[in-house]
Amino acid sequence: MKNGIPLKDRERVEVRLAGMGGQGMVLAGQVLARAAAVYDGKNAVQSQSYGAQQRGGPSQSEVVISTGEIDYPRVVSADILVALTQEACDKHFLNLRKGGILIVDSGLVDRVPTSHAYRVPVTELSRKATGRPIAASIVALGLLAELTGVVSEEALRATLAVESPRGALDLNLRALEAGLEEGRRLKGA
Amino acid sequence: MTDAVGVMLQGNEAVVEGALAAGIGFYGGYPITPASEIAEMMSRRLPQQGGVFIQMEDEIGSLAAVIGASIGGLKAMTATSGPGFSLMQENLGFAAAAEIPCVIVDVQRAGPSTGLPTAPSQGDVMQARWGTHGDHPIIALCPSSVSEAYHLTIRAFNLSEKYRTPVILLMDEVTAHLREKVVLPLPGSVEVVERIQATVPPEWYFPYEETNSDVPPIVSFGEGYRYHIDGLFHDRAGFPTSRLDEIRPWVERVFRKIDRNLADIVHTEEEMTEDATVVLVSYGTTARSARYAMHRARERRKRVGLLTLQTIWPFPEHAVDHLAHQARLILVAEMNRGQILLEVERIVKGRCEVRGVNRADGELVEPRQILDALEQ
Repeated sequence: MKNGIPLKDRERVEVRLAGMGGQGMVLAGQVLARAAAVYDGKNAVQSQSYGAQQRGGPSQSEVVISTGEIDYPRVVSADILVALTQEACDKHFLNLRKGGILIVDSGLVDRVPTSHAYRVPVTELSRKATGRPIAASIVALGLLAELTGVVSEEALRATLAVESPRGALDLNLRALEAGLEEGRRLKGA
Repeated sequence: MTDAVGVMLQGNEAVVEGALAAGIGFYGGYPITPASEIAEMMSRRLPQQGGVFIQMEDEIGSLAAVIGASIGGLKAMTATSGPGFSLMQENLGFAAAAEIPCVIVDVQRAGPSTGLPTAPSQGDVMQARWGTHGDHPIIALCPSSVSEAYHLTIRAFNLSEKYRTPVILLMDEVTAHLREKVVLPLPGSVEVVERIQATVPPEWYFPYEETNSDVPPIVSFGEGYRYHIDGLFHDRAGFPTSRLDEIRPWVERVFRKIDRNLADIVHTEEEMTEDATVVLVSYGTTARSARYAMHRARERRKRVGLLTLQTIWPFPEHAVDHLAHQARLILVAEMNRGQILLEVERIVKGRCEVRGVNRADGELVEPRQILDALEQ
C-alpha cells in the first residue's frame, strides 16, 4: 500500500546506515540528518549505536526524515538500508521494509539476500575518486540521494561544506560526486 | 542568533546551551558515558562566557564543588550518569538539607553498577527521589526531545534558584545522544530566574528564617554576611539544633515550599485524552515511542491518549488522578522494571486497570511493545 508512494514523497522515511567502526557511518548519518533538516527544511533526527571499539566493531547510524513532527526517533523498519559490511547486511536485512531499498558495498558484501539490491563497489569508488577508502560513507550518501531522492544534492553539498574538517572538504565533495554519478548511471541502466 | 530553520543539536549539547542561557557560572564534573559531551562542551564554552569549569577528581568532589560555588553566588551544575549519580547521593542530601540551589544532570544508562555504558535506561527514577537518605523534597525533570533538553535545563536552573533546592535533570541516553533540529529562542527572550537576595544588613540576616514565601533569601559567602551552613538539623541562624520547636517548623517549611507551588513546578502534557478510554503514561524518550503507538492505534480507531510527564518529582498526582476517572486502562511505558508504575498505581487506587510496558535491557521501549500491550 505504502510502497506505491515514492520515498521522497512520504511523510516519514527511515534510513539505516550500517557498517563497522572507522567507515564513517555515524558521520554520514549526521550529514544526512543535517542536510535534510537544515537545508531541505524537513525534520530529521539521527541516532547511533556502537560498541566500545573505535574501529572494527559494528557501527550503525539511524536517520528518520519527516515532513511532519517526528515522534519515535528510531527506525521501526527501514525504508533504506545501506550496508557496508557482510555482518551489517546480515544483521539488518530482516528489518528492511518489504520493497525497501538496499544498497550494499559489492566489494565487502558477497552474500546479498535479495536480487532487488543495488550492489555498488562503494569503497572502491571512494578509492578511485579520492585515493582513500575512508570516504565510502559519503559515496553512499551520493548514491542514496540520487537513487531515492529523500535528500537533495545541494543540501548534502552545503552540509559537507560546513561539517568537513579542514582539508577534507575537497575529498568529501569528490566522494559525493562519485556516488551521485554512479547513482545516475544505475538509474539510467 | 540562529536562522529560522533551526540548528541540529545533540541532546547533551542542548543541555549545555540551556545552562548557558540560564546563566550558569560554574561547572564541576567528572566525565562519564553517556554524559561526557556535556563536560567536554562546557569546558570550552563556559570559560568563554566568564564562567569556571573544573574537572574534579570524582563525582563526590564534583557535587561538593558545585554546592560551594553556589554558596559563593554562582549558578552551578554538574552532569553524570548512574554510577556517578550514586556517588553524589550524600552531597545531594546536603544540598537539600542546607537548601543550596544546584542542578544535577543524570544521563541514565543501563544499570545497576557500571551496566551498559552506551545503552539507555530510566532506571534512576526512584534513586532521584529517594537515593539520598532521609525525608527530603526534590524536583526532577525529564526531557523527551532535544528541544526539551534545552528548555528543561533552563527550567531546572530557574526552579532551583527560585525554591533554593537541588533540581535533577533526569535524561536518558537516547535523548542525550540524539541529534535533532531545534529552534533556539533569541538571547534575552528566555525567562531567567535569579535567587532571592537579602535586603537586610548583615547583623539582621538569618539564612533559614521563616518568610512568607517559605524560601528564605540567600546571601553569597564573601559579601560580609557571616552565617553557618550545616547538614545537621539547624535553627534559623543555621546552627545545629535538637529543639523540637525548631526542627518541626523547618521540616514542614522545606516540604511546604515545594508543595504550595506544585502548579509552577509540575508540568505534564496531554494529547488526545479527551475521549480516551486507554491512557498511555510515559516520560523521557519513551514518551515518543508511546506517541508513535498512540497515532497507530488511533488509525485503527482505538481511543488512546497520552500523558507525558515533564516533571516526575514531585509526582504529577492531579494529572493522573483526573485521568483515572475516565480511563478503562492506563499503560505506563518506561525503560525500567516499573518505577513510575508504582506511583500511578498509588494514585489510581484500583479505579481502573494499570499495567506496565517495561524494558530494562538497554534498548528503548519500541512502539510495537506498546501496541501489543494495547491488544491484550
